[in-house]
Amino acid sequence: MNSELIASRYSSRRVAANVCLPDPSIDKPWTLESYRANGGYQALEKVLSGSIPHTDIIDTLKLSNIRGRGGAGFPVGVKWSFMPRAADGQKYVVCNSDEGEPGTCKDRDIMRLNPHALIEGMTLGGYVMGATVGYNYIRGEFWEPYQSVEQAIKEAREAGFLGKNLFGSGFDFDLHNYLGSGAYICGEETALLNSLEGKKGEPRFKPPFPAAFGLYGKPTTINNTESFASVPAILRANGDWMDGEWFKNLGVENAGGVKVFSVTGHVERPGNYEINMGTPFSELLKMAGGVWKGRKLKAVIPGGSSVPVMPAENILKSNMDYDSLQQNGSSVGAGSVIIMDETTDMVAVLERLSYFYHEESCGQCTPCREGTGWLYRILKRINSGRGTMEDLDTLLDVANRIEGRTICALGDAAAWPVQSFLKHYRHEFEAKINAGITHSYPTANAA
Amino acid sequence: MSNPNRTEKMLSDFSLSEIERELSKFPADRRQSALMAALRIAQDEHLWLSPELIEYVADIIQVPAVRAFEVASFYSMYELSPVGRHKISVCTNISCMLRGCDKVVGHLKNKLKIDFNETTKDGKYTLKEVECLAACAGAPMMQIDHDYYEELTPEKIDLILEELK
Ligand SMILES: Cc1cc2nc3c(=O)[nH]c(=O)nc-3n(C[C@H](O)[C@H](O)[C@H](O)COP(=O)(O)O)c2cc1C
Ligand code: FES
Repeated sequence: MNSELIASRYSSRRVAANVCLPDPSIDKPWTLESYRANGGYQALEKVLSGSIPHTDIIDTLKLSNIRGRGGAGFPVGVKWSFMPRAADGQKYVVCNSDEGEPGTCKDRDIMRLNPHALIEGMTLGGYVMGATVGYNYIRGEFWEPYQSVEQAIKEAREAGFLGKNLFGSGFDFDLHNYLGSGAYICGEETALLNSLEGKKGEPRFKPPFPAAFGLYGKPTTINNTESFASVPAILRANGDWMDGEWFKNLGVENAGGVKVFSVTGHVERPGNYEINMGTPFSELLKMAGGVWKGRKLKAVIPGGSSVPVMPAENILKSNMDYDSLQQNGSSVGAGSVIIMDETTDMVAVLERLSYFYHEESCGQCTPCREGTGWLYRILKRINSGRGTMEDLDTLLDVANRIEGRTICALGDAAAWPVQSFLKHYRHEFEAKINAGITHSYPTANAA
Repeated sequence: MSNPNRTEKMLSDFSLSEIERELSKFPADRRQSALMAALRIAQDEHLWLSPELIEYVADIIQVPAVRAFEVASFYSMYELSPVGRHKISVCTNISCMLRGCDKVVGHLKNKLKIDFNETTKDGKYTLKEVECLAACAGAPMMQIDHDYYEELTPEKIDLILEELK
């Protein structure tokens, strides 16, 4: 472990409650010893040795109002209730640690700093959903987080928190890490399942949904790293055992608890901040030290590159929760808050994002495969001062023709930035076209 | 499927045992689930995946070679042509761009005298442009082999490269 790097991440964040990110005062929080000393595996032990009915746990999760942290915000308790627990045959829980959405860097820290919370959460998931095997799908570049979770799995097995007949309950659960090999699309849950089967990461048609036909065709539930890692703390409920109200009350209506926001870009203290849902954006910005270099805020992408961009005046009246961000024109997404100051060239930013979607489209659906290439080429042209006014209409036309016409949401994710950047910053695109200005932000991509 | 003419052993005992360990994570009839790991392990030993090596891995996993070629060409971390001893991958996505990855890229290109997807003459470094590596709070950043390096400056890059064997 590169502990120096980890220490530097600590210094740049503050937390409201330590659910996924451990208290900075804890020494080596990734060890089993530290995790145990701070309440770790208590939830699992109580549930298994007390034979707590799985329905009670689902009720607690529903009450806690925790919504999936991978981007779509689906309630975790509801998803867990969809699994045919009593059905014969193998069932699986799968953790999505692919973390590829530009601007998102929270699951990496959860795995480096708090791997046992993830293991405990997945094991509880296995118990609730009747699965005896779990896989944690980690993106291929994450060698350090992979080693961190490998080590934690080893510790947990040796201590009897993974394996056969856990806490004498008769329940078996084992967990394996799986390392990907570089493909954003594998964050999409059905592409992830294909990848786990050793195939190309191409999304599957839904339905059937993974709860009916998942890994190897067996019932499977996929949740994000942060979703699983939140579960033990929700059940511990700070001492009020299994009282879902505790977590719920940390947040606001429709958004329970705390969540990790990755604040990046033009701020003084980039970092991961685990804060109450519903915290005003302005407070989060303050925690991150404000806009860097004393500059003014221009725009924010609040949930990772796939959610619509918000001009400063819209985000400054928003709170960090699902309803508030939606009312003001965007979404929580994966909680990846990308800050842009007054000097930011919005055309250059959009060109870079469109290059990403073009690179990462898996090529299965024609509108996405061809459309993302069109978007990128037109934006490159505009950004280099060779665009025309008709190009702006073509951009929107192409984006609209991708949206809603693909197997998975990568196509939508490519279209939304284009639509929102043009909605709010059309004048910047027009200015480049009129003046034939070359880009002020040198884009690094070679293509 | 198996090539009867191939007798050459292309992977070390260590790599072969690592592949066995990966196979043990999956049901016995789901060996293909270990294909990606086996390709990674083979690449770790040989730096890149030659067609012969991919076929060799396919034989170990007991899948048709075409399955292994499909997978090797789908994922960006597999190298299908020779690369340098160290792979330097620079993120140029949004958070890194906002914090000046162009300076990192410029410095590396000048220093190593290569462009993206090129290898230095001494075979030591290959430079790559990559998408967001999920270390955006440490932007600008790069990955060299297994390790991440964050909050990069030209001076820091010089120190990092000096320490690489
Ligand atoms: C293109 C694409 C990429 C995605 N990437 C991720 C990812 O990196 N991590 C993640 O947890 N979810 C990602 N998702 C969402 C998953 O499909 C899925 O909804 C999520 O893992 C479910 O977990 P949750 O309910 O706990 O949020 C992605 C979706 C799409 C369409
Ligand atoms: S944008 Fe560079 S690591 Fe995320």
